[in-house]
Order: sequence, then structure tokens, then C-alpha cells
Amino acid sequence: MIKQISVFVENKKGRLAKITEVLGQGGVDLVALSIADTTNFGIMRCIVSDPEKAITLLKNNGFTASTTEVIVAEVTDQPGGLAQVLGLLDEADISVEYLYSFVRTPNENALILFRVEDIDTAMKSLQKGGVKLLCEQDLYHI
Amino acid sequence: MYWNKDIECMDREQLRALQTKKLQATVKKVYENVPFYKKAFDEKGVKPEDIKSVDDVKLLPFTLKQDLRDNYPFGLFAVPQDEICRVHASSGTTGKPTVVGYTKRDIKNWGDLMARTFTFAGGCKQSVIQVAYGYGLFTGGLGAHYGAEALGAMTIPVSGGNTKRQIMLMQDFGTTLLACTPSYALYLAETMEEMGIDPKSLKLKGGVFGAEPWTEAMRTEIEQRLDLLAIDIYGLSEIMGPGVAADCEYKKGLHISEDFFLAEIIDPETLEPVPYGEKGELVITTIDKDGIPLIRYRTRDITSLSIDTCDCGRTMARMGKVLGRSDDMLIIRGVNVFPSQIEGVLVEMAEVEPHYQIVVDRVGNTDTLEVQVEVSADIFSDEVKRLEALQRKIGTEIQTVLNIGVQVTLVEPKTIARSEGKAKRVIDRRQLK
Repeated sequence: MIKQISVFVENKKGRLAKITEVLGQGGVDLVALSIADTTNFGIMRCIVSDPEKAITLLKNNGFTASTTEVIVAEVTDQPGGLAQVLGLLDEADISVEYLYSFVRTPNENALILFRVEDIDTAMKSLQKGGVKLLCEQDLYHI
Repeated sequence: MYWNKDIECMDREQLRALQTKKLQATVKKVYENVPFYKKAFDEKGVKPEDIKSVDDVKLLPFTLKQDLRDNYPFGLFAVPQDEICRVHASSGTTGKPTVVGYTKRDIKNWGDLMARTFTFAGGCKQSVIQVAYGYGLFTGGLGAHYGAEALGAMTIPVSGGNTKRQIMLMQDFGTTLLACTPSYALYLAETMEEMGIDPKSLKLKGGVFGAEPWTEAMRTEIEQRLDLLAIDIYGLSEIMGPGVAADCEYKKGLHISEDFFLAEIIDPETLEPVPYGEKGELVITTIDKDGIPLIRYRTRDITSLSIDTCDCGRTMARMGKVLGRSDDMLIIRGVNVFPSQIEGVLVEMAEVEPHYQIVVDRVGNTDTLEVQVEVSADIFSDEVKRLEALQRKIGTEIQTVLNIGVQVTLVEPKTIARSEGKAKRVIDRRQLK
């Protein structure tokens, strides 16, 4: 289980620059990042080297931010790799709220981040299916 | 052209005598029939017999919009309920409207007053009057409708909206007089231009426009684009509805129908009457109403009065264009909106901490209402669908209370400017002055 932070971002010039500046000056490293946007606002979701510090920094600078627990799975970087993982979740009747992928490994595998409602069941199904799940240690100290 | 020359051009001394008689009767009636007024009079130590002349109106207590709410729905009615033949209502805070009731005689008088208003705009028996105010609890539609019928004109009860059909009816039925809000009149003009219809090809001669604040510049624009005489009309449901005052073709202020409405201007701070010509809050006492007579009703509208005879020959006092409000009420697309109504919705939804801002603007000729809500940690979600659902829910709730469309925008915390720790709740970008 990995802690992801999510930040509310108004669709306004310079907001992302401000968020990344706040994190950068606080010495927080961005490991992975994804943005969901609507016409009105966006939600920036990211994995950072120090989630608690990131939340404090953002709140002190007037942003609304929260943490969410997500799954990060290692998926072989070959055709059908992601399909196999999603197949396992489908069999367990788990819907994916959102996902995004990133690469940050010394080996060839891709990392997929999943946000699901029932995280425990999802993790069990994936592990049973032989999917490697990463823990915080794996991510922050790669 | 007059509807009732004897009244409209009455010598002011004679008018005062008439008003005194009617005021005395009204005061006696409410004292005897409305417990709220008996209590208010007693607290002020004033008896109906103390009213010797119309000037003594200043001895009487005020009535506030809140008093109508506190006595919701029928507490201020001065006749038994079976005498009431119609009710109207205007939007109120937290869903409860302010309700007014009319007896058969009130409805007839109201029609008469509205017919008088139509004659100001050149209306007569031969007129074809298209009533494009909304029909329903709002007084605009039915008020204008009964006036048009009292005038003997051919009345088209089309109500608001469906703009292309409005224009088709104007062409096919030969509409000569239009009754709607000024912003809708401009919207009609725009639509005609889009449809390639020359307003000069229509039979339109005049329009009675009101229910929202508008400027002289807007009047000029409406007159040029629709090729008609645009008359400003004033009214409020608590007092009667449309037909309380209207300007004539000389456009030198709105003639108040003083045979029914006793007008005063007070200083909204000291509550003392101010002399003619000075700005202040308009206070009206209905002196010939049976259903719900109101004593010194504070309209909250800022204006001034003058009593010199108008070029049209009428002697009735004239009020200037309404310059603003002494409270925070906004009029958006003809609908009365209090910021507290929006706050009420946000507070009731509990999950939203009410840091909000109301932005009113005029895009083209239509008023827009935007409510910005700060996203606090309590309501934030990492899922788009939840935030969008919240946005929709706030919008729907506000729309239910206000009865007008609203755009809800979620904004970052602390982005709404706070002055001295208190947020500035309303930004009105409409240039009406």
C-alpha cells in the first residue's frame, strides 16, 4: 500500500508551478505524477518522497490536499502485461477509480498505480495472481 | 392620454384630503383586524384616532419584509381567508416565500392601476398587448394581464421564454405593446436581428419594462433597437405588484399612483422622513387595499420624490429611477436574490464550509449568477466524480431555492478575498449606474 497525495488545483495560470515550487523548496521529491482535469478544476495526484511533509507544506501555502492509499503494481513491459493485472481485478469484481503508469525502476518493468474502493481485496487478488506489489520502501529508495 | 384624468391630475390639496380619508380607514382596519399591527401600534403608543391628516403617517410603525416572513403565510391578512380570491408570493430566504393576498376588489383595483400604467405607454382599447412576464406566483404576469384586460386591449398571455414564438406572435397578431423585463426586451431585439426580422416591420409602439434595475442607456438602446417607447414601471408584490408607479412619455420620473399608495422617503439610518428631492429609502403605505394592507412598508429601494406637475399634466408625485438598495438584495433576471439564501443552502449542506462568493455579471443582455465555493479539506476528494457531484448538488439546491440558474465554481481555499477577516460575499459586475 502506498500513500498518494492529491491536491485541488483551480484551472488558473501558474497554480501547478506554485505547487511544484512549494514541494521543491521543501525538499520533497516527486516520484510520480498525474493530473485529472475538468473544465473547472483539476486534481493533481502524486507520489512523493515524504507524503506527510508534502501535505504540511501544501496546507501552509493554502492548498487543499489529502492522502489516499493506492496500490502500485509492477507490470512486465510487454504486450498483455497490464491486461493480465486488470483481468485479476475484474475477476475479483473490483472497479478501478483511476490509474496511471510511471517508470522508475532499474529493471525493465513498468509501474502501475491503482486507486480502488476495496484496497485489501484488490491487493489479495493481485498477490494471489502473482503480481508484485511495491511498498513505500521500494518506491522512495529506488 | 389618461386612464382616469380626474385622479391623475387631481389638485394636490384635494389629493391630500383623499389620502387622509383613505389612510384613516386603513389604519382603523389594520388595528382592528391584524393582531400584528394592533401590537405594533400599542407599542408605539399610537391609536387610529391620532391620525388626523396624511402627515401623521410618520407616527405609525414600519413594516419590514421580515414581518411578512414571521407571519407566514397569512398572518398579516386583514380579512377572513374566504374573502381572499388570489395569492401571490415572492422568493424568500430558506425556501419560505413572502405571501400576499388579494380580495376581489383588490384584483379589480390592481387591474385598474395596471391599465393606468399601460396608458402611460400609449395603451388603449385598440392595443394588442403581449404579456411576456412570467405567469404564476410572481406578480408580473398576472398583474400585467389583468391590467391589459381592464384596458379592454387584446391580451396575449404568452408568459416568459420561447423567444422565437414570442416574435412570431408579434408578427402574426400585430402586437402593439410589450410587457417584459428590460433585459428580455433586449434579448428579443437581438433574436430578431439574428432571424433577420426588422423591428420596424412590426406594429410595436410601446413597452412597459420593469421588475429589475436598468439604466437610461439601456432604455435608449431598447427604444432604438425595437423602435418603440420604453416605459419604466415599478412595483413590488408586498405592495401590489406592477402598477405602483410608472413613467410617462416625458420620462421625468415614475408617477406613483398616490390614490392607492402613500409614499415617503426616509433616511435609512435615522428612519426620519427627508424632504422632497432628497435621496433616501422609499416607504409605502397602502391606503386602499383590503387583503393585506401594509403600513409604512420599507421597500429598501433608494430613490427620491418630486411633486411638481409633470409636463404630461399629471400631479401625482414622481419617484426617480431606483438608485440602489439599502439592504443586500440583488435582482437577477427579475428575481429577488438575497445572499443569505445562498449561504443558507451551503450551511444546510453541512459538508461545505460556507466560504463562498457570489459573482453577478451581465453577459450580452442576460444576468449571470456564479457562486464560487472554496474547496476545504472536508469536502475535497481525489476523485473527480465526487467533486463534480458536489458541484452539481450545490447548483441544484441553490436553483431550487432561488428558481434561477446558477453556475457553481469550486475554487482553492483562501482565494476569495477577505477584508478585515470577513469575506466580500457579493461582486456585482453589472454596470447599471
